[in-house]
Amino acid sequence: MADFFFNNPLGIGLLIVGQIMLLVLPLLVALAFLMYADRKVWAAVQMRRGPNVVGVFGLLQSFADFLKYIVKEVVFPAGADKVIFLLAPMITLVMALVAWAVIPFNDGWVLSNINVAILYVFAVSSLEVYGVIMGGWASNSKYPFLGALRSAAQMISYEVSIGLIIIGIIISSGSLNFGDIVNAQRGDWGIFNWYWIPHFPMLFLFFISALAETNRPPFDLPEAESELVAGYQVEYSSTPFLLFMIGELVAVVLMCALVSLMFFGGWLSPVPFLPDGILWMILKMLLAFFMFAMVKAITPRYRYDQLMRVGWKVFLPLSLGWVVFVSFAAKFDWFWGAFARWTTGG
Amino acid sequence: MIAFAFYLFAVSAITGGLFTVISRQPVHSVLWLILAFLSSAGLFVLLGAEFVAMLMVIVYVGAVMVLFLFVVMMLDVDFAALRGEMAKYMPLALLVALILLMQFVMVFGVWESNAAAESLRLQATPADRHNTEALGLILYDQYFLLFQLAGLILLVAMIGAIVLTLRHRTDVKRQDVLAQMWRDPAKAMELKDVKPGQGL
Repeated sequence: MADFFFNNPLGIGLLIVGQIMLLVLPLLVALAFLMYADRKVWAAVQMRRGPNVVGVFGLLQSFADFLKYIVKEVVFPAGADKVIFLLAPMITLVMALVAWAVIPFNDGWVLSNINVAILYVFAVSSLEVYGVIMGGWASNSKYPFLGALRSAAQMISYEVSIGLIIIGIIISSGSLNFGDIVNAQRGDWGIFNWYWIPHFPMLFLFFISALAETNRPPFDLPEAESELVAGYQVEYSSTPFLLFMIGELVAVVLMCALVSLMFFGGWLSPVPFLPDGILWMILKMLLAFFMFAMVKAITPRYRYDQLMRVGWKVFLPLSLGWVVFVSFAAKFDWFWGAFARWTTGG
Repeated sequence: MIAFAFYLFAVSAITGGLFTVISRQPVHSVLWLILAFLSSAGLFVLLGAEFVAMLMVIVYVGAVMVLFLFVVMMLDVDFAALRGEMAKYMPLALLVALILLMQFVMVFGVWESNAAAESLRLQATPADRHNTEALGLILYDQYFLLFQLAGLILLVAMIGAIVLTLRHRTDVKRQDVLAQMWRDPAKAMELKDVKPGQGL
């Protein structure tokens, strides 16, 4: 039996498919409830009830929405490039999902333990912009096109600062592998060993950049209803729209996972007397998601020129300066070696 | 398994390249080119050069091709008319291709290298450290002056581009962000207590 799964090509393939299902299915089910949580938080801030009809406390609302989306008709706009029109939402969803291949949930609990994991996530998330551009272009309509242009410019701008913040973390841990990055944060003092203390300013920059990168409010300019109707999604209906929506939410949850892995020690326990484990990882991701939901509820939307200015004139110099600072701090062991926790070589 | 993956990536790279040239719609051309880049990133992974593969995806697909797509989407040129001229340039293109092919044959025909270098050339990754680390050691330790030089050249190019396109226009209204941020309600608005039937 074991021989079949580890040596036979068919067995290996089946094993990999099984692992992928084990990751993706819980993720998608969790997404349904996260969407519900998002709406509930939003509603609570605005003193509404939020979804409360379908199921107990409205818990099944997302599933009802899902059914509604898939039984509706797919409408193609006249003059749309049909292949690209359908390809765009698929790319958004697939790119958001494949990034999870390298996210560890516990020590060694990872689908693909590659050396360049963090670069892989960065590369895949830089491909997500194609779904948006292709969707906007293929719709053959003005509003989606404008929304797509805005969105592409925004995503590229904030990717730069995300990349530089990631480089700071890489310098501190001397590895591109998430397992090594988390293990570099292990220490006797639990929560005070994690990177959120030495890399404190970058935590905020990363969080804000993540909001902009995933088109979440207050940076949801591509979908600004008051200006662009719904941005690149205007012409989408039914299942393709659902794919866009799920893809965006998966990207948001991925950013939550990145925040908890890079700044909050992943699966490490915050206090030394409790064991490490996957529950800590999930708890941290939920906390990060709660912050995402709160930001959506309490902030007004940015103006486009402000968004670009913050990205290029504030975040880029700050994160670039931070990379230089971290390099010096790591090389010369400033701050009692808080910045140099090399697990490998160095 | 590796051979299968190699042929998969190789075929899709060549298909992407081919359709980049022959597809009628320029946006499709760019998308095919993206496929070609992604497949060649896959080939790099097969070689064990994972860092180069990731850079390929981040730099070429994630940044350069997005700009390409941007520009091509916004161009309003009748590309069908341009396509008609393809036949006109075909002999010239064939000639260039033939010369290139001959050059390749000539270069690889007399390819010679030191036996020690040959053994190094075959492995993208040294046995004792992984690819990223090896590249870092070569770039930042061994050849760091050349690396700095390359950076300097890029900086010059960047400054040149900025100088060429920089215009100071006085007739454009600009947003003064600091002034906007320091505005406060006391200075920006005035509260008046208006009695009914009197007005101001």
